[in-house]
Amino acid sequence: METLTIKIWRGADTGSFQTFSVPKRENQTILDVVTEIQQRQDQSISYRFACRVGVCGSCAMTVNGKPRWTCRTHIGALKSSVITIEPLKNMPRIKDLVADMSRFFDKWGQAGNDFSSDKTRHDAPAQIDPESKQRKAANAAIECINCGVCYAACDVVRWNDDYLGPAALNRAWSLVNDARHNRKQDTIAAAMGAGGCGNCHSQGNCMTACPIGLSPTRSIAGLKQMSLMSLMGKRDA
Amino acid sequence: MLEVRLYLLQRLTAAIMAPMVIIHLATILYATRTELTAASILARVQSSPWLVVFYTAFVVMVAIHAPLGLRKILIEWGRLRMSAANMISLVLFVVFLGMGLRGVWALTGGAG
Repeated sequence: METLTIKIWRGADTGSFQTFSVPKRENQTILDVVTEIQQRQDQSISYRFACRVGVCGSCAMTVNGKPRWTCRTHIGALKSSVITIEPLKNMPRIKDLVADMSRFFDKWGQAGNDFSSDKTRHDAPAQIDPESKQRKAANAAIECINCGVCYAACDVVRWNDDYLGPAALNRAWSLVNDARHNRKQDTIAAAMGAGGCGNCHSQGNCMTACPIGLSPTRSIAGLKQMSLMSLMGKRDA
Repeated sequence: MLEVRLYLLQRLTAAIMAPMVIIHLATILYATRTELTAASILARVQSSPWLVVFYTAFVVMVAIHAPLGLRKILIEWGRLRMSAANMISLVLFVVFLGMGLRGVWALTGGAG
């Protein structure tokens, strides 16, 4: 039977690859391979997953150098029988395939991403035209599930520790385009701060890597434009 | 706010410099096809006060634009802290502005 050579990162920030051999099957994802190794060969391997079907985003890892959802990466798509699997980049490594995402989530908050409203349950629901430009901009960004793949793919995150990163700024963009959000200026101010949208080089790594095809690059470009308008005194930019 | 101001300043100077660079390069192409001597260069620059104004503005734009770009490179690739990068780019701004203005001044025949 044909076999796959799987190199899995063992350890934390210091560590090394351990090589496993797994039978190649008709229908097999990277997550299937990791699970098979963990259940049949070495139970001490740590990794994260939950839904197994591309809904939760918790199984993101670096596969052959690129950040991917392992549950949605078919072995056949890699066109290689030697596969290296590591934790997501740009994050400290906890153990084996598990990365520490706490700073990623902290930055999510720093980008002014708390929804705020002065309405109560007694007010009527907001009337939002789904065809409005603002709502369409929010919709384009809103499906993000915080898997961290774009953050791991971003060169600017690697270079500049303060940079908030594509996911947090993408969220800020969906929020400033939410008509119900009543602290838009605070969100813009946070998103245009020292670690904010101005750091983006528009390289588009986030856009290329996003498993569901979102474009944080586009969202950040929108924030840049909005922050300049805000700077020039147009408050409802 | 400082970051956005600097961001805007760098894009603004870039936009102003884009046509200036084209004029500058076109002048070089023209000059290399005619007589290329110090005397002819000085004569051309001094032929119009507008050229002095042009190069003064150009020098000011470069002095603002280049240190801002270098500042980001120092932070991202040089791993410098922002305060250190700010200081270095401020020094570069003064140096570039000083050197540039001194050059323009010399072209007008102002310096010995």
